[in-house]
Amino acid sequence: MKRYIARRLMQGVALLFVVATIVFILGRLTGNPVDLMLPEDATAEDRANLTRALDLDGTLTDQFLIFAGKALHGDLGTSIRMKQPAVQVFFDRLPNTLALIPWALLLGMALGIPLGVVAALHRGSWLDRAAGTVAVLGIAMPSFWLGILLIFVFSVELGWLPSSRMGGPEHYVLPVITLGTFLVAGFMRITRSAMLEVMESEFVKLARIKGLSETTVIWKHCLRNALIPVLTLWGVFVSNLITGAIVTETVFAWPGIGRLTYEAVIFRDFPLLQAVIILKSILILGVNLGVDILYAYVDPRIRLP
Amino acid sequence: MSDTPSGDTVLEVRDLHTHFFLRRGVVKAVDGVSFSLKRGEVLGLVGESGCGKSLTALSLMRLLPKGGARTIKGEVLLGGENLLERTPAEMRAIRGRRLSMVLQDPQTSLNPVFTVGDQLREAIERRRKGASLAEIMKEAVAALRRVEIAAPEQRIGQYPHQMSGGMKQRVVGAIAISGEPEVLIADEPTTALDVTIQLQYLKLLKRLQAENGMAILFITHDFGVVGRMCDRVAVMYAGRIVECGPVKQIFEAPSHPYTRALIASVPKMTGTVGRLTTIEGQPPSLMDLPKGCRFASRCGLVEQRCLDAYPATVQVGEAHTADCWKVSPS
Repeated sequence: MKRYIARRLMQGVALLFVVATIVFILGRLTGNPVDLMLPEDATAEDRANLTRALDLDGTLTDQFLIFAGKALHGDLGTSIRMKQPAVQVFFDRLPNTLALIPWALLLGMALGIPLGVVAALHRGSWLDRAAGTVAVLGIAMPSFWLGILLIFVFSVELGWLPSSRMGGPEHYVLPVITLGTFLVAGFMRITRSAMLEVMESEFVKLARIKGLSETTVIWKHCLRNALIPVLTLWGVFVSNLITGAIVTETVFAWPGIGRLTYEAVIFRDFPLLQAVIILKSILILGVNLGVDILYAYVDPRIRLP
Repeated sequence: MSDTPSGDTVLEVRDLHTHFFLRRGVVKAVDGVSFSLKRGEVLGLVGESGCGKSLTALSLMRLLPKGGARTIKGEVLLGGENLLERTPAEMRAIRGRRLSMVLQDPQTSLNPVFTVGDQLREAIERRRKGASLAEIMKEAVAALRRVEIAAPEQRIGQYPHQMSGGMKQRVVGAIAISGEPEVLIADEPTTALDVTIQLQYLKLLKRLQAENGMAILFITHDFGVVGRMCDRVAVMYAGRIVECGPVKQIFEAPSHPYTRALIASVPKMTGTVGRLTTIEGQPPSLMDLPKGCRFASRCGLVEQRCLDAYPATVQVGEAHTADCWKVSPS
């Protein structure tokens, strides 16, 4: 187990190096940021100063070595707009995003998993079709549309819930619903198909032969096995929520890292954007490692090599 | 091998019909099966694949596969009460406690994500309501010891994938009999095991049966196993039992041409080495059964009357019957 984690961490470091290299190259391919950041009438001296401040003097190799060297010390540059270290800006915002993720996941699983089980139990019936329709709707509705619709109905028309910014629990409702709707659909579909497969198993037949109640057969023997693919989805969704809450956080003016990404792009804050991408990559690597370790707990057949 | 044991009938199946109702038509997989089982007796149910043996067993358990299978006619009398009239809740109380079953494939019969002890506990708990966990686990260890699993204290905390196939099948056996059922259905329990393990398992089943006096319905396609395990044997063909009688009589003097062909096709260890005897042709489609004898198309002795009508059941000896026009009553 320890060796497995150590090896995965090594792989993560290698992967991060690749990500950092790609981010670095892309940053250099999209034009000279100095031209974008300074007004047209800037003096040559201004340009030279800024170029030096951004570590853009020297050859590309020199630039990369400086960039990598600083990155190793936890310095991913300074946000141009906020005049603060990019890493610090990121970690200031991160808790706000992390505050949303568990609720969205909880909503997705609390609705999606039971719906999937019920759909599998009543395969082909109107219940199954209704759950399927909900799933398609959940996947098909883009979050900018759903978010704005929710704001329109519950904030503008009914005035029940706030439409933007962080605050008390009522501020969480609409963003969590917007994020969770997509997850409900995913969890429902994967639970349904996994349950249908598991329910045909011989061990389910043996559980019935023992005389166990249908509740125990379905919700213990079947569901525990069906949760293995659900866990895979879990990893994908957490990663998606970390990277992909950009739209939802922007719609609801939620000060998380999704909105931070959006701001970094809009304001051409390229050191910040570099930092955000690299730090998000670290988070995703961490989540994937966590999910792989969780597998071993849910399915005793998996022994981490 | 003993003669037919005396004692009360614990299970009686009368004129059981279980059909698959499909869009393409009706598959008459079990089509008028009758037999009875006495206390402490082992009845073999023999026939080739697809003749309806397993579906007969699942009909008795009332655990028919999804997808159109229904028992439409007949009676399954366990201790005199008709199981087909029980409610689902009443059936659950009967399963495991009075009527239990061992499945064919040990690799898939145990739930991979729960420990062996946990799966045994569920079965024992039903008999020992209100007992403490420690008591139940003690009993689970004893149940594993009874099926000859070494170091049961350690095995109890293990998962199925940590055991061999033969060991898993013994665990399945321990689970199936932990409710002390009156009747155990064993559906080809050794088919998926190594030949060397098969004999061990059969001996174990025999011993357990001798210990607690349960009756066993032993489903197999292997006549060799029948000779070792069973007191009586029922031969099934295309959804019906065509011959039934004490093992000795069936082996020495099979009456039905199908039984004779089946016994002839068992490879023998003695005598000249020749070609393996096989039965030519295919069984009839269960969706389109002939009105006459179902074996007629493959039978060497076929006559016009075999094609015209299904033969009546003929008493060929004491407790020995056959459905054939060509046999004469004793």
